[in-house]
Amino acid sequence: MAAAATVGASPEAGIPRRRGDVGPPGEPRRIGYLYVLPGLLVYAAFVLVPFGHTFWISFHAWDGITPSTWVGLDNYRQVFTDPQVRETFTHALVLIVFYALVPLVLGLLLAALLSRMRVRGIGSFRAILFLPQVVALVSVGIVWRWILAPDGPLNEALRAIGLGSLARPWLGDFTWALPSVGLVGTWVMFGLAMVLLVAGVQKIPLSLYDAARVDGAGPVREFFVVTLPALRNEIVVVLVLTTTTALRSFDLVYVMTGGGPGTSTSVPSYRLYTAAFQTGEAGLGAAIGIVLAIAIFAIAFGITRLAERGDQ
Amino acid sequence: MTGSVERAVSYGLLVFFSLAALAPILGVILTAFHDPDALVAGLSVPDPFTVESFRQAWNEGGFSSSLRTSAVITLTTVVVSTVLSVLAGYAFGTMRFRGATALFYVFLFGLLMPFEATIIPLYFDFRRLGLTDTVWGVILPSTALSIAFGTFWMRAFFRSAPRSLMEAARIDGASSMGTLLRILLPYGRPAILTMVVLVFMWTWNDFLLSLVMLSGQNILTAPLSLVFFQTQRTTDVQLLAAASIIVAFPVLLVYVFLQRHFIRGMVSGSLKG
Repeated sequence: MAAAATVGASPEAGIPRRRGDVGPPGEPRRIGYLYVLPGLLVYAAFVLVPFGHTFWISFHAWDGITPSTWVGLDNYRQVFTDPQVRETFTHALVLIVFYALVPLVLGLLLAALLSRMRVRGIGSFRAILFLPQVVALVSVGIVWRWILAPDGPLNEALRAIGLGSLARPWLGDFTWALPSVGLVGTWVMFGLAMVLLVAGVQKIPLSLYDAARVDGAGPVREFFVVTLPALRNEIVVVLVLTTTTALRSFDLVYVMTGGGPGTSTSVPSYRLYTAAFQTGEAGLGAAIGIVLAIAIFAIAFGITRLAERGDQ
Repeated sequence: MTGSVERAVSYGLLVFFSLAALAPILGVILTAFHDPDALVAGLSVPDPFTVESFRQAWNEGGFSSSLRTSAVITLTTVVVSTVLSVLAGYAFGTMRFRGATALFYVFLFGLLMPFEATIIPLYFDFRRLGLTDTVWGVILPSTALSIAFGTFWMRAFFRSAPRSLMEAARIDGASSMGTLLRILLPYGRPAILTMVVLVFMWTWNDFLLSLVMLSGQNILTAPLSLVFFQTQRTTDVQLLAAASIIVAFPVLLVYVFLQRHFIRGMVSGSLKG
């Protein structure tokens, strides 16, 4: 996890720490604690302690008002056996395909094409591609809800080109609602993946490609032998960023579908929200939160590990 | 494939993907400039261009007060978390003290942890303390989360700062605080600006935290008021488009001027969503 977090944090790369510190001789080394303390206090009070508290709540049945009762692992059992909770994690996995894998593939495609050329005006392309990342997700959700509405631009366009039979209420359709939300995730994420991967590919020395070409490598082999290995760090960052966003998706679901139709687009965060604040199942919500946190740590750690193994 | 064909295909794809990123945004802008009473089906160019939809959405959605609330929350979060992150990052990046590494990992935990995993006790504790439905109910958790990222970010910066700068200050007898304030801060302005910009964006755009903490009877943040507005006016496409733009606008405005900071920050090291 730490490795993932520091991947790409180039400012510190390659600078060995020197022994001895900066403070003048008169200042005790312990002064470091004083600098850390204020931040640590705030961070501990509103992140660490609540996290521990969530863990505690997850072993209780609690409606948020009356006293709670200890139920051991019951809430966790419910997370893994209750179809309506378990399916939220399945939905999250589907969203990972749209949030993470599709953007990664698109980004690699573009990176491969741009690997041997230095693009003019890359700055403007980057600024545009990155734009979906900075728009508030609630705005994104409302806009796409309109685009995907029964009489919205997408269906209008389909009808205009004679594919009216394909038009449907995308977000009201049990089959299509989840992929539709996922597609919006793709729209939010693909530019980020492209910006990262194209930046990475432009740093690969052209001599590597020339060497591969001398060895008789075609474009495909070139991609697998030169481009892909050189982009390992960027791929890790893209995957960690996009998969964790997919697992945590809440805003889009809340705004676009409210988990519906039925529960076909319900995701862990959304179920956590309804459990804790609408249906009086704070214990269940807490258990979902803990499982979600563990899943995110495991996936981030796994991605980093895989990349390290590929290193050898 | 010849070089020029390859170039053409590459630029073609770049243009195509850029259009894919822009099209929904342009569509919304076009829609929002329609008259609120006009019938808008699909994509169409407004005739005539009018800001009437913006005005109506602004008044009916109560955006003047929710934008002000968001500004207060965002500004406070940015200022407090920046100061505390600079201090903590300075210590982690330049000083050696027992347990520094372990302590730093504690901060890293907050970088990846989904804050959904803290929101339940935060809400019930804050309700008991009377902090729900106040700006502090949002400010305190978002500041704490921003500190996790900020400390990580500033530590990376301080580790990369030239040692000679600090050693020169040390020889001059400057205290550690003097070195920070007079030497390192001016030098680190770009790194700090990147952090400020990201925390600003995350705090402004946050929805879940304010949804949980604010019932809407008292105060609303901009994204929250947008969602409330949406539930009232589901079918008024122009008004919703205008309202969406109003809420997204402050971050977009900053993005226009400081986009390099957004991209650099997101690309090099951020793990928050």
